[in-house]
Parts: sequence; C-alpha cells; structure tokens
Amino acid sequence: MSFAKLTASTLAIAAVSATAAAARDNVQVAGSSTVLPYASIVAEAFGENFDFPTPVVESGGSSAGLKRFCEGVGENTIDIANASRAIRDSEIETCAANGVTDIVEVRIGYDGIVFASQIDGPAFTAFEPADWFSALAAEIPVDGAMTANPNMTWADVNPDLPDVEIAAFIPGTKHGTREVFEEKVLLQGCEDTGAMQAMMDAGMSEDDAEGACMAVRTDGKSVDIDGDYTETLARIDSNPNGLGVFGLAFYENNTDKLKVATMSGVEPSTDTIASGEYPVSRPLFFYIKKAHVGVIPGLQEYADFFVSDEIAGPSGPLSNYGLVSDPELSATQEKVQNLETMGSSM
Amino acid sequence: MTDVTNTPVPSGPEKSRGSSLYALDKRTKRRNAAEARFKAYGIAAVCVGLAFLVILLVSIVRNGIPAFTQTFVELPIYLNEEKLDPDGNRDPAAMSKVSTFGYNPLIEDALVQLMADNGIETDMDGPTLRKMLSSSVPAQVRDYTLANPDQVGETVTFRVLASSRVDGYMKGRVQREDLERDKNLDAAHLDIVDQLVDAGAVERTFNWAFITGADASESRPEQAGIGVSMIGSFFMMIVVLVLALPIGVAASIYLEEFAAKNRFTDLIEVNISNLAAVPSIVFGILGLAVFIQFGGLPQSAPLVGGLVLTLMTLPTIIISTRASLKAVPPSIRDAALGVGASKTQAVFHHVLPLAMPGILTGTIIGLAQALGETAPLLLIGMVGYIATNYPEGIVDGFLAPNSAMPAQIYEWAKRADPAYYERAWGGIIVLLLFLMTMNIIAIILRRRFERRW
Repeated sequence: MSFAKLTASTLAIAAVSATAAAARDNVQVAGSSTVLPYASIVAEAFGENFDFPTPVVESGGSSAGLKRFCEGVGENTIDIANASRAIRDSEIETCAANGVTDIVEVRIGYDGIVFASQIDGPAFTAFEPADWFSALAAEIPVDGAMTANPNMTWADVNPDLPDVEIAAFIPGTKHGTREVFEEKVLLQGCEDTGAMQAMMDAGMSEDDAEGACMAVRTDGKSVDIDGDYTETLARIDSNPNGLGVFGLAFYENNTDKLKVATMSGVEPSTDTIASGEYPVSRPLFFYIKKAHVGVIPGLQEYADFFVSDEIAGPSGPLSNYGLVSDPELSATQEKVQNLETMGSSM
Repeated sequence: MTDVTNTPVPSGPEKSRGSSLYALDKRTKRRNAAEARFKAYGIAAVCVGLAFLVILLVSIVRNGIPAFTQTFVELPIYLNEEKLDPDGNRDPAAMSKVSTFGYNPLIEDALVQLMADNGIETDMDGPTLRKMLSSSVPAQVRDYTLANPDQVGETVTFRVLASSRVDGYMKGRVQREDLERDKNLDAAHLDIVDQLVDAGAVERTFNWAFITGADASESRPEQAGIGVSMIGSFFMMIVVLVLALPIGVAASIYLEEFAAKNRFTDLIEVNISNLAAVPSIVFGILGLAVFIQFGGLPQSAPLVGGLVLTLMTLPTIIISTRASLKAVPPSIRDAALGVGASKTQAVFHHVLPLAMPGILTGTIIGLAQALGETAPLLLIGMVGYIATNYPEGIVDGFLAPNSAMPAQIYEWAKRADPAYYERAWGGIIVLLLFLMTMNIIAIILRRRFERRW
C-alpha cells in the first residue's frame, strides 16, 4: 500500500512548514476594509517597483486588524494594521501587555462619507445634519419630554425634502464609519436642533444626552448594514426611496447608479474635504510595528513608498481613487523616515 | 354471536360495495385521485427545482461571460532614452531606478501620437487621454524595458489593457450617460474609442489573463485574474487529499472491520455523524486557534487552509467509505477467511478493492465540497488582496500567502468598481466548471467500477 508514502509526504510537509515559518519575506498587512483599496493599490505598485514581493493585505475591519497587530512581536504576527480611526488607549495597553511597545502612527489622508440615493429616485439633493438627526433619532424631546421619534417621512423632518417614507441604510456598529456618522452627523444635528440643550435642561447629564443623541431608532426606518458598501448599494437599488451612507471612493466608482446629496450646503469632493468645508470626513491611518523594521524585508520601504508624494500626493493614484490627500504629508514622510513612535512624538 | 347465526345475513354491505370490478367505487376513486394529486405535486416540485437551476445558470452565464473577454489597445510607444536611461550605458540597476511613474509621460506621448496617426481630432491632452488606459500599462512597459534594455530608443508596439470603463463600454455595460458625473472617464473618450475601433487599434478579444492572472488592486479590475488563487486552491486540495484520504480510509476500515462493537465505538460513530453536520466556519475558528495561534503556522497559507478543510472533509470521507465497505457482501470476507486468509489479508486483498469505487466517489465529492468552501478561509486570513504572487516552487506553494477561488470571488464581489462584480461572476463560472468536472469524474468512476450483488 502507498499509505507509507502518503504518511511520509505528510510528515515532510509538516517538517518543511516548521522551517519555513521562520522566514517570512513579505510584508503582512491587515485591518480596515476602508483602507484596503488604498493599501492594495500601494502594495501593487510596490511589488512592481521594488524587488520585494508584493505585500499581503487582508481586510476584516479596523478593530480586528488592531487586535491582531497587538497580539505580539514575531513573524507570525502582522507588521502593519490599517485603521479608519485612531488607535484607542485600551488597544495601546493591550499592545504593550503583549510586548508591542513601539508603534508608529501614520496618517495617510482623509476619507469623505457621503449620503447618496438612487439616481432616478426622489430629489434628495441637500441635507443638514439636523435633518438626519430628526429622521433617525430614537427619541426626540417634545416639550421637554422624550418621545419616540414621530417623523415618518422626510417631509416631516424638513418640508424642503421629498415627501417619501424614511428608509436609511447606515453602516452597522462594527464599522469605523458608524462612529464618524454618529459624531459628525447625529450629534451635530442634535446640537443644531437644540435637542441636546433641551435634554440637558430636562435634567440629563451631558454624557447621557450625547448617548441619547446618537441612539438610532429601531422601528425599521433605519437599517444597519453590517456588510460592505456593495450591500448598501444593493438595498438602494431595490428601494427607490432608500438613502445610503457610502465612502466617497465607493460613490465615485458608482456614479452611474447613485446621486449624492450635499451636506450643510457643501458637495462632497476631494477638494471640499481637503479644505475642511465638507463636514463629514475622517482621517485614515496605518500603524507600523517598529520591532519588525529591519526584520521583515521591505517594511520600511513599503511605509516610505506609501506616504511618498507620487503615491499619496494630490495627483497620485490614491487621490485618483478617492483618498483626500493630507496637506501635511511632508511631515508624515519625515515621521515615517525616522520611525517616530507614538510615545516619543507626544 | 348467537343472533348472527340465527338471522340470515342481510345483503346490504354487498350492495354498497358495487357489483362490478370494472366500475370504480367512490373510495377507490378518491384513492386514485389522491395518487394523481401526489404525482402532480411531485412533478411541480421537480419543475420548481429545475426552474431555479435554469435561472441560476442563465444569470451566472449572462453575468460572467463578459469577464472572459477584455479590451486591448495596440499602442506604439517610443522608449525615450533620455527618460529611461539618462546615462546611456544600459545598466539594469540604473534603469530600474526609474519607477513606473517615470513611464507615464512616455505613454501619454504615445497616446497623443496614436491620435495623430489615426487622424483623430481631439483637444484632450496626454494625461486626459491616459484615462482610457489601464494603470497597469506603466508596469508592463517597465518590465519589458528592463528585460530588453537594447530596445531603449526604439518604438515598440505594446498590446495594453484598456481601462475598466472603456472595457465596460465595449461590453455594453457602460453607456455615455453613465459617465456624466464619472471622474474616471468622459463621454468624449468613448467617441475616441469608437474611432480607434474603426481604425483597428482597439479590440476586444478572449482574455487568457483572467484565467491565468493574479489579483489586482481596486484601481485596475481589468488586470485581475483568478489564476493565482486557482493555484492556491490546488495546493489546498493536495493537502486535503494527502491527509483526508489515508486518515479517513484507515479510520473507517478500522471502525468497520476490526473494532469491537461497544459503547465506545458507538460514541465515536455518533460523533463522526455529528461532525459532518458542523458548520464549516467552526472549523475555521478551530484552525485559527490550533494551527496558527498554537501551532505557529503562517497566516494565509494554503497549508493551513488545507488542514482546516481536511478536518471538514474527514467525516464525509469516513461516512462514505464505511457505507461502501458495508456494501461489500459478507460472503466475500467469509470466503477469504475460509481459505485461511488473515483478517488483514481479507480486508486489503478482497474487501477494499471492491469498495474502492465508492471510496473514491466519496473522496471526490468531499474534495468538491472543500473546493467550494469559503467560510473557514475567512478566519485564517485568506480573503483580501492576497493572491498577487505566483508561488516560487512547491514549498512556497504550500506556505506563501495565497487565496482560494471561492475566497477570491467573495473578495471581488465586495469591491467598489462594477467591473469587479463582473469578474466575480466569471470566477463563479470557472469554479463551477471545476466542481462539475470533479462530480462527473465521480459519476464515471461509480458507473465504470461499481459492482452490484
């Protein structure tokens, strides 16, 4: 029987794996699915222009990426974590507990969050944060008492908006985008409408009031999308009254199906986001494990290449894809060059 | 009782039963009607199933076929010596200092020249015309130049990829009105494309690169192919075959032929059946915990994927192997034992060869199942921008990060550019072809070698 041969080859594979696991020659990156397109563009160009193998970029979300990043130092852990939000203190502590102490934070640019609807659907052309708060809040104060959100149509919220049923598709809570949406749209709208002041006048603490401002109604008018933007797009495709929350780059790739609305009177574009006029944007980051620089070939070069002018600059491929270039890119380049860790720069 | 014997039996029941066997009574009619109804339900169920299959196949083929063709542009590019090799000594090290970005001006000039050569009037400048081409072009030209330094200073005709929007236009996916607010391409570009098609410089041909190529980044779906992830799937299947077949067959021979029937083997048996029903994602978590975090095997490696899929396939193989061992009549064993063969000889010389077709069929079906599995791969890091490098040799094939076909399809379906959606469907066609081939092989094996008693 060939069982002997088969087992022998099995053992051979196992033996080989033990030796090869100790020699990784490619950069491994994981994290935010928002940063993934940009990271993949950089990785591809990096593979083309350098003698190093193309880095591997996995998705999975900012939190998942940072969790793996903080698992420890060594070739079985990732070198870079992509994140669509800044690293949290609790994550830095976890990192430190696992021996990951020197972390270089790199801000690669800004990402806009846009509000779009079906191209042939009702005329959703202009929003204020207050409209979204009034449409999506779980409870709004009426005459000093909190009542369940009575608004059923967008016209209830603001007479200038189309008289159609509210149907919003917003990112689920596991997405970094949700955090930005809550802070820059819902909380802002809450303050603008005076609801927050009303809540605090009614005896709520500031924290409680903020929490109430960001609580989203659960009666089916607002749907959390836990998947990707493609899922939001599919929902909008099948519901003419639907409104979705997208990343700017995703919208720009699907302008044949979606039309975008202005926020506070500003149309989202890389220019308006860079100038800060468009209110709903956020920085994107990646984090380098300094202990791996010099151990994993190509790590330093990849990081330098990522923030170089020809990649991340205003006319580079990242900006063409939808990233808003960081005006302080040269400072970031210097930081990456010198590998300034988070503790030292503060 | 006595009453019955005393009084003559009235002929009432006989009357109601009817006198002729040819005329159906009410009850028989009802029974026949119920049977006819049941047949109709059955046929309806089969028809619904078939209709769904047809809808599925038609939509897969309709959406996926365009992925197999691609739009190419014949572009003569002047490889400017001043830009590519300023020192003029054709030193590869010096020439490789010119990054892909340094090649863009050459391509832009070449496009302007192409317009002039074909008599196409346009007021667009080089960088604007450049949007018609894939961003993979500079890398293609750079690779060629570095491989053929003697061609610097010459004009070389390249067959380059058109951008995904132009390709979509050639496939009827993109219309002029779709580009109104698109910043990647304008309707005016499409007028140029029409003229270039007439001039023969733009054509849409079969795209081998889709079947053999590597994954590409989000900005160039036109370059993406499923080839590297196909290799990843191949190496995973080798691991599954090499591990699951011997382990599965050995376990089932022992359980079926040698093991005593007691509570312990009953327990094992029940657990094997239970394992077969465990959702595959559970095996993924197990793989992450055991092979990667505890065992220290590399992330995203086909070896780990294969190990996880082995766990998933084992119960399938054990169950089908035991069924085919059971199907071998006891008389064969008895005859072998009767002429003095040992138990091992009886099993390996007589029972196993007869059970082999069934074992192979079960193995192939288990492999096909493993080939199409995505969920466990999500957890061991095989989804993302991974399938980019062809493995260098066999060891690398097992250990270098790679994706698998279903994981690649899942990844493409998530990406923003609609051209990736088309490629996801194309990938499904490739995957289905593999699965169908494997299932057909299984059927042929069963037909050719199966023996009935």
